[in-house]
Amino acid sequence: MSVLIDRDQAFLDAVVAIADEQTAPNADAVDREARFPVETIAALREVEGLSAFIPTELGGGGVALQTIAEACFELGRRCGASAMVYAMHQIQVITMVRHLDDAPWYEDYLRLLAAEQRLIASATSEVGTGGDMGRSIAAVTPIPEEGESYGFEKKAPTVSYGLHADDLFVTLRRSPDSEPGDQVVVLARKDQLSLEQTGTWDPLGMRGTCSPGFVVSATGLSGEQILPTPFSRVAAESMVPVSHILWSHLWLGIATDAFDRARAFVRAAAKQKPGETPPTALRLSHLMSELSLLRAEVGSALTEFVELSEEPDRERLSTMSCALRFNNLKIAASEQAPRVCQSALGVCGIVGFKNDTPFSVGRHLRDTMSACLMVANERIHQTNASLLLIAKDV
Amino acid sequence: MTDDIRQILNEHGRLPIDVSTLAQSADLYQAGLSSHASVNVMLALEDHFDIEFPDSMLKPSVFESIAAIEAAVGELGAKAGVA
Repeated sequence: MSVLIDRDQAFLDAVVAIADEQTAPNADAVDREARFPVETIAALREVEGLSAFIPTELGGGGVALQTIAEACFELGRRCGASAMVYAMHQIQVITMVRHLDDAPWYEDYLRLLAAEQRLIASATSEVGTGGDMGRSIAAVTPIPEEGESYGFEKKAPTVSYGLHADDLFVTLRRSPDSEPGDQVVVLARKDQLSLEQTGTWDPLGMRGTCSPGFVVSATGLSGEQILPTPFSRVAAESMVPVSHILWSHLWLGIATDAFDRARAFVRAAAKQKPGETPPTALRLSHLMSELSLLRAEVGSALTEFVELSEEPDRERLSTMSCALRFNNLKIAASEQAPRVCQSALGVCGIVGFKNDTPFSVGRHLRDTMSACLMVANERIHQTNASLLLIAKDV
Repeated sequence: MTDDIRQILNEHGRLPIDVSTLAQSADLYQAGLSSHASVNVMLALEDHFDIEFPDSMLKPSVFESIAAIEAAVGELGAKAGVA
């Protein structure tokens, strides 16, 4: 046990050092130029951070989910976009690791990922599905001329860091004859892919994720690159709850930094007039209670997910009440994080509004405003509304 | 009971194919049962058989085929042919 804790702590220490030395100093440039956080990802590669969650027997770091979540939080405190890139990569890795049954190709792939520190992006959304991840139009398509070979072409409205990723994890219909909801997930390597960019990338926030649209096409895929477990199960047991957990951790990180900046502002004011509590201190107290609500929801969801994951066959993770629980995490955290950042702006006033002061929180506010859009909250509410008709104990 | 379940699937499942052509063990999700439609099927099953699915049974595997639904409904004590 202590070996495990030591390993996790050492990894986390390394991430915090990278966050301080690479992520924080480049955060403003990444944001201003809407450029990929190359320094942070390169440094994470050096400490084998991209394979941290992969079991040691497959060449990875073998750290716990809680440690990955903590790493997302720490990166989020310095740069939301850098944290989001790392989180999205980890979501794909964690999903694969949790569904390795009868998937020897994936075991080999994870060994390769660990050896080469390959970065995975995902293409789960699709033009024409109205934002519903549970349906696909593009399909795994046999290429008869090439023997046992498959391909696909998918119009993706956003692929975060698509041009910077080594490989793509893509949802597709199982075959050209399959229904839209009969989905599988496929890992396609860079040498099998071609990406044609379909739009520009000049957004309000999370600018460093570099997420324009692409037409993604692939050829020469082997059947083994299709994950054997159906996507519906992969999504319910892993991809959806893990996404919501890691995203909410980095949103909490951004909100925590906004709070820290507001607190530094109030302390500076207090030092100027010793013996008097500055009026902004009261607002800071309100802000702290908003932040503690967010922290409580994010922390309890992680604890519950880890417990549910340890049950035999992860039975309860597929139930509607669990779907509701982790959907609620997403909705609550994505609404609360920008609220905290806006309150921090209220504390700091004009020096928070300006982009070049130690108390600037504009980037924090803009980055967290993306939270309610990435898988739109209204779509999640629609799903919840339907599930609530039948779920009992929620 | 099978006939009742098939009837409910026909009315509420919004399947792109005729339910009568489905085998007892055919995968309903592969046949096109969406998660939204599956909620309506569950509601109709509860209403028709006068049962309540507990949360532990509200997961895709319990509703993945006509045979699975029949087993679940049977487990909850509904009598075959209850109108």
